[in-house]
Amino acid sequence: MFAFTIRRIAQGILVMLIISFLCFTIQHAIGDPVRDIVGISVSAAEREALREKMGLNDPFLSQYIRFLGKAVRGDVGMSFFFKKPALEVILFKAPATLELVFVSSVIIIFISIPLGIYCAINPKHILSRIIMGMSIVGVSIPVFLTAIMLIYIFSVELHWLPSYGRGELVNIGGWKSGLFTISGIRHLILPSIALSSIMLPLFIRLIRSQMMEILETEYIKFAWAKGLHKRRIWFIHAFKNTLLPVITVGGVQLGTMIAFTILTETVFQWQGLGFLFIEAVERADTTLLVAYLMVVGVIFVVVNTIVDLIYGLVNPTVRIQGTR
Amino acid sequence: MGTLARIRQSYILYSFVRDWVAITCFIVVCILILISFLSPFIAPHNPYESASINVMNAETPPMWMEGGSSEFILGTDSQGRDLFSTLLFGMRISIIIGCCAVILQAFLGVIIGLVSGYIGGRLDSFLMRMADVQLSFSTMMVAIFLGAIFQAAFGVAMYERFAVVLLVFIIGLAEWPQYARTVRASVLAEKQKEYVEAARVIGLNSARIMLRHILPNTLSPVLVISTVQVANAIMSEAALSFLGLGMPVTRPSLGSLINSGFEFIFSGSWWITLFPGIFLVLLILVINLLGDWLRDVLNPKLYKG
Repeated sequence: MFAFTIRRIAQGILVMLIISFLCFTIQHAIGDPVRDIVGISVSAAEREALREKMGLNDPFLSQYIRFLGKAVRGDVGMSFFFKKPALEVILFKAPATLELVFVSSVIIIFISIPLGIYCAINPKHILSRIIMGMSIVGVSIPVFLTAIMLIYIFSVELHWLPSYGRGELVNIGGWKSGLFTISGIRHLILPSIALSSIMLPLFIRLIRSQMMEILETEYIKFAWAKGLHKRRIWFIHAFKNTLLPVITVGGVQLGTMIAFTILTETVFQWQGLGFLFIEAVERADTTLLVAYLMVVGVIFVVVNTIVDLIYGLVNPTVRIQGTR
Repeated sequence: MGTLARIRQSYILYSFVRDWVAITCFIVVCILILISFLSPFIAPHNPYESASINVMNAETPPMWMEGGSSEFILGTDSQGRDLFSTLLFGMRISIIIGCCAVILQAFLGVIIGLVSGYIGGRLDSFLMRMADVQLSFSTMMVAIFLGAIFQAAFGVAMYERFAVVLLVFIIGLAEWPQYARTVRASVLAEKQKEYVEAARVIGLNSARIMLRHILPNTLSPVLVISTVQVANAIMSEAALSFLGLGMPVTRPSLGSLINSGFEFIFSGSWWITLFPGIFLVLLILVINLLGDWLRDVLNPKLYKG
């Protein structure tokens, strides 16, 4: 297990290096740090002097190493628009996105597991057919369309729920949270339903197909033969083994989730990372854009490594395969 | 046996005529493709011709509602364009981008998958590791990033001018790993078989073995994922256009139409968003259903319902 852990961490670091290299290349090719600092109204000679002073005329590789050194210490440059360190801007916006993702994950977990199990146990039942039919329709509806329709129905027509923003926030040690006020929760409902709507069908289908496969295995047949109660077989014996692949896929799907936060946050003008990213694209704020890519890269690599490690912990065959 | 008789006796046709879902989906796809490609002839107005557009007509509701006119069947958008015509033209762009992007990603993916599976070793582990990393970032994410980077690099005006080509490029680059993995998996299985051994013994070179002998045997899974990938590509294009990283409002695709309608939903003009949305969902849904059916027919092993 120790060797496995080390290898996975080394792989993660390698991926992170590649990501940082790509990010630096992008910044080098399209960004202009001089403009980010002084604006466009400064003479060419002064700019050139500043370029020299900042080391922008150095060879590409030595600039990259300097970029990497700074990035490790948490300095990825100044945002052109906010006139603040890019990482600070991102950390300031992060809680909004994290709360949205958290609430959506809770919705997904509490709906997909019961429905998935139900469809696996009664595959021929009319209700399971309806659920499976709905799930393929759900996969085909883009998340932004769901979001717009929710806004139209629940805020424009019925006036039940607010359509944009985060509402009243409570400050808990620097973390601006909307989870503790009624207004904050009301603002959270529509975005989190929209965000979970796109992932739900996927998880229902995944849990169903996994569970159906498990129910065909020998040990389940043996459990039936032993005369165990059906609930015990379904929820304890079969469900445990269903959960494993679901955790792995769930970890990997985090990427899709972050992509969809960009769309959801744009529709609801949710002041989180995705909205920040689109604003950065519109304002050509290259430093902020690159910083966002780096932060998302770190989140990915960390989550994927942790998922791999958990998987290795519960399923030893993966570890043995990895040594070859 | 003639080609016609072979088609008539094939298993695909046999299961096709017995599956009403597949038949319905096939008909709907055909109708959608037909009306979108015939749009210059059947659309009542030409949305690209600025002379025929009158801003006074903006936000006219559909004809069956109060204030609607029979001239505009589904109403007009925020600029006074006939929504039905704009929608048909937009669907044509969406379909073209979707198909071209799939051709590009299939081309990239098949070549990388073939080489990676046949040659193996270091190259294989490098290419597959790259595919893994890209897949773990999710194709939608990679497409959005590429779009953002391209827009920053080219500038907005340039980006809008070459939007179709750039979108094909972006979506193609973002989604090749799907193909590469599928092709590699079947290449690994085919490589063990005797006919490949025989071809090698005759002294054929690797390129010929790969392209003429192995490739034809790996095509059925490629066909299966291609259908679903077209739906994915159309979805990605819509998402990019919705974010403002895709087709400009002057030449809207379904995604950019939804985006331009979104601003007007608060004033009650729901039709600008709803109708393109319905067509988009219908298009993606029927392609997905066809893809599912094709997978079940061509690859019974994969059948999981």
